[in-house]
Amino acid sequence: MKTLLEMSGVSVSFDGFKAINNLSFRIGEPEMRAIIGPNGAGKTTFMDIITGKTRPDSGTVIYGEKSISLLKMSESEIAMAGVGRKFQKPTVFEAQTVRENLAMALKNKRGPFDVLLYRKTRAGAERIDELAEIIGLTDSLPRIAGELSHGQKQWLEIGMLLAQDPRLLLVDEPAAGMTPAEREHTTDLLKRAAQKHAVVVVEHDMEFIRRLDCRVTVLCEGSVLAEGSLDHVTSNPEVIEVYLGR
Amino acid sequence: MKPQTFFSQNRSVFWFLLSLTIFALVVTVMSDAMGNGMISTSFVKTLGKTLCLMLVAVAMDVVWGYTGILSLGHMAFFGLGGYMIGMWLMYARTEIIVTESLRAAALPPTPQEIHESVGTQIFGVVGSSDFPAIWVFAHSLPLQLAMVVLVPGLLALVFGWLAFRSRVTGVYLSILTQAMTLALSLYLFQNEAGLRGNNGLSGLQNLPGLDDLPQSTLSIIFFWASAVALGAGYVLFAWVVSGKMGSVIRGIRDNEGRVRFLGYHVESYKLFIFTLTGVVAAIAGALYYPQAGIINPNEIAPIASIYLAVWVAIGGRGRLYGAALGAAVVSLLSSWFTGGGAPNIPLGVYTIQWTDWWLVLLGLSFVAVTLLAPKGIGGLFDLVSKRHPVAISSSPAVGPDVGARRTVEGEEEK
Repeated sequence: MKTLLEMSGVSVSFDGFKAINNLSFRIGEPEMRAIIGPNGAGKTTFMDIITGKTRPDSGTVIYGEKSISLLKMSESEIAMAGVGRKFQKPTVFEAQTVRENLAMALKNKRGPFDVLLYRKTRAGAERIDELAEIIGLTDSLPRIAGELSHGQKQWLEIGMLLAQDPRLLLVDEPAAGMTPAEREHTTDLLKRAAQKHAVVVVEHDMEFIRRLDCRVTVLCEGSVLAEGSLDHVTSNPEVIEVYLGR
Repeated sequence: MKPQTFFSQNRSVFWFLLSLTIFALVVTVMSDAMGNGMISTSFVKTLGKTLCLMLVAVAMDVVWGYTGILSLGHMAFFGLGGYMIGMWLMYARTEIIVTESLRAAALPPTPQEIHESVGTQIFGVVGSSDFPAIWVFAHSLPLQLAMVVLVPGLLALVFGWLAFRSRVTGVYLSILTQAMTLALSLYLFQNEAGLRGNNGLSGLQNLPGLDDLPQSTLSIIFFWASAVALGAGYVLFAWVVSGKMGSVIRGIRDNEGRVRFLGYHVESYKLFIFTLTGVVAAIAGALYYPQAGIINPNEIAPIASIYLAVWVAIGGRGRLYGAALGAAVVSLLSSWFTGGGAPNIPLGVYTIQWTDWWLVLLGLSFVAVTLLAPKGIGGLFDLVSKRHPVAISSSPAVGPDVGARRTVEGEEEK
């Protein structure tokens, strides 16, 4: 397993509040990793730093075989380099159809002129049908995404993440608002993705994490508190103190 | 699945082109030049100018209604286009007049003498006779036509690049575009700018070398040229906003951060749309001002671009025919009210004179449309078609930031 992403000594503060404090983290490819932590532990900020939304005050973020620094890249460049993100609150384009949402996310050239002259291809259409099948929205393809239920929007967002064909998937609370059956389906999808790629899942639901069956990193006050198997970290007294005990 | 063509997916294009053609033919057969003369030449010019305004409104709709950039500076590009064509019109026509008058001289004039004499004629009004450097291409129609596209295009490109790369958005961008058009207008007011200061360029209704053609014929020619430009511009923008490009720019309008995380370089898209619409606005201006006959820096004052936004808002943002209709209805009503067409209303103690009160009426209509009928005039078409767009659930009053209002009370995000 080779390292795909390595963060070291990363700190970021907002108005004096240290959201991330000397955080170091690495993930290989393929690998599945779950991140847990109490509210305000810096989970979302951690994802913001990797995707380029937030610039850290210090530290390094190295990605890929060529060890490129993500800190010098724009959000769109990072996304094109293979980092995909699913937001906690489903953010799909509600005024557009499910098909348009997926088509926009499909892995293709992203320049304005490429997009302007883009012709629909059979391969693209097949890929969209395949994704719609996976996320269970085949019948909803022509529907406007704003009409979907909360759970369906979650699925659509997961579909958009898969459509990008990323190497590093950052998934924020994928199971929120899902039925138990849907959660199981989500677990399968993430596990399948983790066979080839790196998947980072932020989740509160312990049962969900147990099913993922992977290494767990506990964040607290912006740094790593513990790392290891779920049983290992849940038996750590410090972890119980800050997170599970409450 | 049936094979889908551009026209079958964009039905409004067909209907728009059909209506435009019928309208142009009706005006032609009722004109002085080609028909029974029921429409006066000056009104044909008004209609031709209206078509140009419709074109710039369609461009505005693409930049504002589709991409979400409220540019309040697009009339600067419109005016610059007018200036660029005006330079050639003035130069070429003055050259012909000067050549005529110098023919009587004992010695035939050298090209140098003609050039200097043209300079005296054009710039005498601002106390100068030398051609400023920016007039270097004014003698050549093809070069000056290229300038119609290049000068406003370059301005849009440079301005847009500076603004978008700094991620200036929303109301700050609108203010910046207002500042741009104000600065340009103030600059052109100066005689040193080389475009005759507040006198502007005049006599543009006379085409050099076509003195034999009466204005009635010229007006129909320009009317048709404007109609063709509007039709072509409509098809171009309908193509741009359909398909994947439309999908991306509407995504930028609704949530540009999300588009960025999909790997699209949002700034490039904004710059592309801003520049393309700027160039089309310039072409519309280059057709407008020969019909208006005169251009001066007042034409690119900030208020002009605000009017443009009002037209698009009243017509209905986010659909091209709405913007075109809004521009047509409001600008024609405006000339009816301010041109003394509307009868004054005597109220006994006070008489409502529409020349004064039209702006109040326009302002009230703008507020009313914004509050009561956000879909504008174009929304009327939804009543006859089967289109039922869904309301977007994330209203602007609900924010993504911590502590912002939530759609659901007590819902925790982040």
